[in-house]
Amino acid sequence: MKQLMTGNEAVARGAWEAGVRFASAYPGTPSTEILENIATYSDIISEWAPNEKVALEAAIGAAFAGGRSMAAMKHVGLNVATDPLFTCSYTGVNGGLMVVSADDPGMHSSQNEQDNRYYARSAKIAMLEPSNSQEAKDFVKYALEISERYDMPVLLRMTTRVCHSKSVVTLGPGREEVPIVPYEKKDKFNPIPAICKQLHTKVEKNLKLLETYSNVCPLNYIEWGAKKTGIIASGAAYQYAKEVFGENASYLKLGLTYPMPMDKIREFASRVEELIVVEELEPIMENAIRAAGIICTGKDKIPCEGELNPDILREVLLGQKQEMISYDASAVAKRPPVFCAGCPHRGFYYELGKLKNTTIVSDIGCYALGQKDIAICMGGGFSVAHGASKIFNQAGEGRRCIGIMGDSTFFHSGMTSMLEAVYNKSNVLLTVLDNRITGMTGHQENPGSGFTLSGEEANISDIAKIAEALGVKHIRTINPLNLAEVKEALAWGMGFDDPALIITRWPCALKKLSLADQAEFGNYKAVNKVDPDKCVGCKACVKTGCPALQYHADVKKVTIDRNQCLACDVCKQVCPKEAIDREVSR
Amino acid sequence: MSEVKNILLCGVGGQGTILASKLLSYALVDAGYDVKMSEIHGMSQRGGSVTTQVRYGKEVYSPIIGKGSADILVSFEAMEALRYLDDLNPEGIAVVNRHEIPTATTLSGQENYPSDVTRRVQDAAKAHVLDAAGIAKDLGNSKCMNVVLLGALIKLMKLENLNWNAAFEVCMKPKLIDLNKKALLAGMAAV
Repeated sequence: MKQLMTGNEAVARGAWEAGVRFASAYPGTPSTEILENIATYSDIISEWAPNEKVALEAAIGAAFAGGRSMAAMKHVGLNVATDPLFTCSYTGVNGGLMVVSADDPGMHSSQNEQDNRYYARSAKIAMLEPSNSQEAKDFVKYALEISERYDMPVLLRMTTRVCHSKSVVTLGPGREEVPIVPYEKKDKFNPIPAICKQLHTKVEKNLKLLETYSNVCPLNYIEWGAKKTGIIASGAAYQYAKEVFGENASYLKLGLTYPMPMDKIREFASRVEELIVVEELEPIMENAIRAAGIICTGKDKIPCEGELNPDILREVLLGQKQEMISYDASAVAKRPPVFCAGCPHRGFYYELGKLKNTTIVSDIGCYALGQKDIAICMGGGFSVAHGASKIFNQAGEGRRCIGIMGDSTFFHSGMTSMLEAVYNKSNVLLTVLDNRITGMTGHQENPGSGFTLSGEEANISDIAKIAEALGVKHIRTINPLNLAEVKEALAWGMGFDDPALIITRWPCALKKLSLADQAEFGNYKAVNKVDPDKCVGCKACVKTGCPALQYHADVKKVTIDRNQCLACDVCKQVCPKEAIDREVSR
Repeated sequence: MSEVKNILLCGVGGQGTILASKLLSYALVDAGYDVKMSEIHGMSQRGGSVTTQVRYGKEVYSPIIGKGSADILVSFEAMEALRYLDDLNPEGIAVVNRHEIPTATTLSGQENYPSDVTRRVQDAAKAHVLDAAGIAKDLGNSKCMNVVLLGALIKLMKLENLNWNAAFEVCMKPKLIDLNKKALLAGMAAV
């Protein structure tokens, strides 16, 4: 059966076909849909973990216990999970273990474009790189088999275009029943230094064996075309090269990209006139090929920044440029993403923006669309603010730091960040914007939302109680859409010399409300309207940045788009003329 | 490789470009084409500009359409056509929905929504401008605007004979199918 699938859907299908029993992830673009799709297969235990490190640790435990297992994450998520990854490289596995890293060249939704292929080399584990959805599905089985045969976790490295592009997949006949490998207590699972020395020797030996396999592995193959140009490529870059060169080049297509098949590369190089390594981002394969004494080109022409595409290859390798329509695009207005109409963050940020002499430190999430001065990584809001505040306090200018993170980020890595601020006597104002869901990545459950990935009811971890246990002395939970309440709470929170915590608690405007949400927040959704007789066109409401409000310069009045408005009432509260009120109840 | 056709859909998050591309790609796969479709998720969901790229032919490699390479550009929102016009092949066709959606910057008065976008597109390229929102409204549900535009697209790309009924049945709730069949025909008639 043939089906059009994204790479992420295909990985999920591949995991099911390959008998995976346990899968864990923390959501992050472009990887999120892998676990969302795995959750549709009831044969696989699928879970959202609080963060990527925990996801990988849980998968390691499941693999040690003998079940085929996997963990999925975005590229920066793997940074969080490297501690268990590197040691698991030494311990090896029992049941197969696959780690999916979804990199984001071009930074469509990320803060950097690190090339996680380096991780396979530095952790000394095998790496597979699919170039389309069929391979994404098929490579899962290879990854797990290699993991079991060579006793190591295997990295399946994807990129945004492979994750989110759809292509035709021929499905396998069904799920392969892979029995649980019986668990036996083994020294390797408990790597104390004396054992680790032996384990390291094993790792080096297995990598050698794997390189031998890499030379004959069916995932590394030559496609002969014209022999003037020989191209070595993997992943999406292979598809771009084929698009540009077609039959006018020969290809060594690599699927198992670490360890690299150096014998095969040498043979290929000897049979083509010019060897070009086509890589997205870093010259990783190229450097290794050059180090082996094989002459090639690549990054002298192909940029190491940004997402690669056929246009770039055509221009830098062939000197060809596609003709384009010439027109004046300067009239096009920018269309930046904004907080949705009814977003609970709007009220909080409206009042926050009025504070003077502050430095706002937040991180990654929808709230990154709001005001911020500094952002580094998930959960960094409180700890980065803490470090900054220590120096600001010495500088003596009275500048105060406010740390911001969302509920899911708090559970991810914000708890230790909060502990840092408490333990080291910060005067940072801590804020958690709890919108009752993981918002940015499209509404995934988390330890505070009350449900698991598979929709079962779960414990609701209480942020205020956690903060109290961590030692925060001053805690308030407020409605972020009530501006007076936000203003008062901010003034209150800034009045302490030790960390105070404000939790804003209101559901994401797009969230499908659970029964618990309905009981807590009521059926609040309605529509507001502007009374044109009262509106004086002062645009105070428009300054809240709500996309449902439109200012009409011709008549100097504002109207509300009733399809978007949820009657969050932020605009109503800022209107000096009381011109905004309920239209009808929904 | 010239046999590979390139379709670019653009619009604003929430306009139904994803469903339109899903219907399109389902019907193309059903007809035996190799198909690749690419879209970017993430920040674009928050009222940002969105594009979906669909490529089909005997064998398709890159999922991305290069600049100046789209055979057809279907813009679900008027100004977005102008934003992505450099993706259109100089010989290609633009289908532009007259429907205008203000941006955060035009709502707040930081800049103006251009007054003559459809004319600008027509001056630069072969373009069909239609009132898909009005056509959808006349059919009784403004939400089928996306399928009206799909109708225009399949007419211009000569894909009318694909199995659209099957695509509707797979991709849509049963109660919406009749309305959308009418929307598809109305879109075909509009160009």
